[in-house]
Amino acid sequence: MTLTQNAPSVAEKETAPVTAPRALPSVKTVVIAASAYLIAFVFLFPYLVMILTALRPQEELRQATYLPQRFEWSNFTNFWTGGLAQNLGVTLQVAAGSTVLVLLVALPAAYYTARHEFRGRTAFMILVLITQMFQPTAMLVGIYREFFQFGLVDSVWALILVNGGFNLAFAVWILNAYFSSIPRELEEAAFIDGNGRFGALFRVTLPLAMPGVVTALIFTFIAAWNEFVVALTLTTTPANQPLTVALNSFIGQYQVDWQNLFAGSVIATIPVIILFALIERKVVGGLTAGSIK
Amino acid sequence: MQQTSARGGALRALAPLAWVGPAVALIAVVVVWPVVVMVQSSFLKISRFGVVQGGNGTGNYDKLFGEPDFGGVMARSLVWVVAVVALTVLVSLALAQLFNQRFPGRRFARWALIAPWAASVLMTSIIFKWMLDPEVGLINMLRRDLGLLDALGGAAADPLGSAAGAMPWLVFVAVFVSVPFTTYALLAGLSAIPADVYEAAKIDGASKLRTYWSITLPLLRPALTVAALINVMNVFNSFPIIWAMTHGQPGYSTATSTIFMYILKGSDIGESAAMSVVNFGMVIVLTIVFLKVSKWRTAPA
Repeated sequence: MTLTQNAPSVAEKETAPVTAPRALPSVKTVVIAASAYLIAFVFLFPYLVMILTALRPQEELRQATYLPQRFEWSNFTNFWTGGLAQNLGVTLQVAAGSTVLVLLVALPAAYYTARHEFRGRTAFMILVLITQMFQPTAMLVGIYREFFQFGLVDSVWALILVNGGFNLAFAVWILNAYFSSIPRELEEAAFIDGNGRFGALFRVTLPLAMPGVVTALIFTFIAAWNEFVVALTLTTTPANQPLTVALNSFIGQYQVDWQNLFAGSVIATIPVIILFALIERKVVGGLTAGSIK
Repeated sequence: MQQTSARGGALRALAPLAWVGPAVALIAVVVVWPVVVMVQSSFLKISRFGVVQGGNGTGNYDKLFGEPDFGGVMARSLVWVVAVVALTVLVSLALAQLFNQRFPGRRFARWALIAPWAASVLMTSIIFKWMLDPEVGLINMLRRDLGLLDALGGAAADPLGSAAGAMPWLVFVAVFVSVPFTTYALLAGLSAIPADVYEAAKIDGASKLRTYWSITLPLLRPALTVAALINVMNVFNSFPIIWAMTHGQPGYSTATSTIFMYILKGSDIGESAAMSVVNFGMVIVLTIVFLKVSKWRTAPA
């Protein structure tokens, strides 16, 4: 049984044109649609609660009411004046740094393995596949001791390295798939036209692989943005902690300012949900690539 | 050109290294070397502040296996993985079937499903902890208004306060964040099944259930296997859900081996390393067993 999946273009395939022109929807369709909307609502529900809590005034926090009586928008401005803005800065540095690192390292590797046969190619692809299976949580003590020896505990560089390393596999797989799908002849033609090897690469191949590059970029950014356990282990000074760790340490305090906590959560969550929606169709292919053949 | 051919040959042999080398180096430093350090550390005596005080033989392992909570933690980890992955797969199979139907607004409904997948698992867990707050938690308010709870504020309104109350909620949140990816993977699998297979089944007069059981499920198996495997890895290594919602408490009664490892790190790094090695072994064993059971074969590009 062989079931091939090509990374892009699988997720949603609009089947067959609509048969009847605008008839009333059947009972079956209504039931299906209603249950789908209900489930969609359930999956959005916690994030709606998050937004509503972020807008609750302090004095209403300990009141058992479903909805706030008024919205306190200053919870969001308090976020910027409070110390958390600094933590958001760390998160941005880690996410941007890891993304740049992954692209710098994954692009050449993915391109070369897609275009050339060489000794160790299979070994490299297996190494990447194994990396995808491993998670930093499983080797936390090793990571901690290693960066302790490097003197990089509490450093943003350690977080960039670790996030880059563990997200490399996805980027290599999806970029490799894109490069492989671009006909070699296109690049050859550009080369013959006098663009030079790198000119052909940058003017022809890379633009065609752009959807893959963007997917790898957003995926890495989100993963590093959301990362928690490595940062929890490797950062100790509050000012050096990314937002996830800083927000978590709120909970340990005696009086939790939930409204500030959730204002921070909204800022940490909503942008990535929107970013993720842009690449969702390609992510499934990338995560399962190399596994289904 | 001809003069440099010898050098060119040597360069060509080194070319792969220039292109692939950085990736290998990054994996070596960040993924491979920590495993080495971890195994090494599990045989060392290390102070709380990270100073190596010499070898410890199998002392760390002896201490770990002697912990009164060790057996319970390991059993709980296994139940945790099996329960979360099984429920995730069942729910996702149903949801994939539903979201594969054609109905108006399908794109938006599918889009809503993304939220728990894209959001940080930590944030989602914190929200659920807040919704389960004994005094003002929304879920508790709902339970009260539905007559399932007598009053807010008591022990009955604090499911996270006891192991028996907390475990179902921890599993629920884990399933909640795992279902979106799994459903999407199954949707991709469903769309890869050619329509004519269903035509044939229809002509043969097979019932809907029969068609699903003998056509859809078998053809969905590759997608299902990969999705389940990825889930096994994620759930076994899951940390933020339990950490944010219960910290593994009361006692160690809601701790899995990952949480236990993290708590040990605060008191004895060597013992924590030993726990990590055991975890690591479990991950490898789980993978192999899973691959054997599902007859999955690796086929890297």
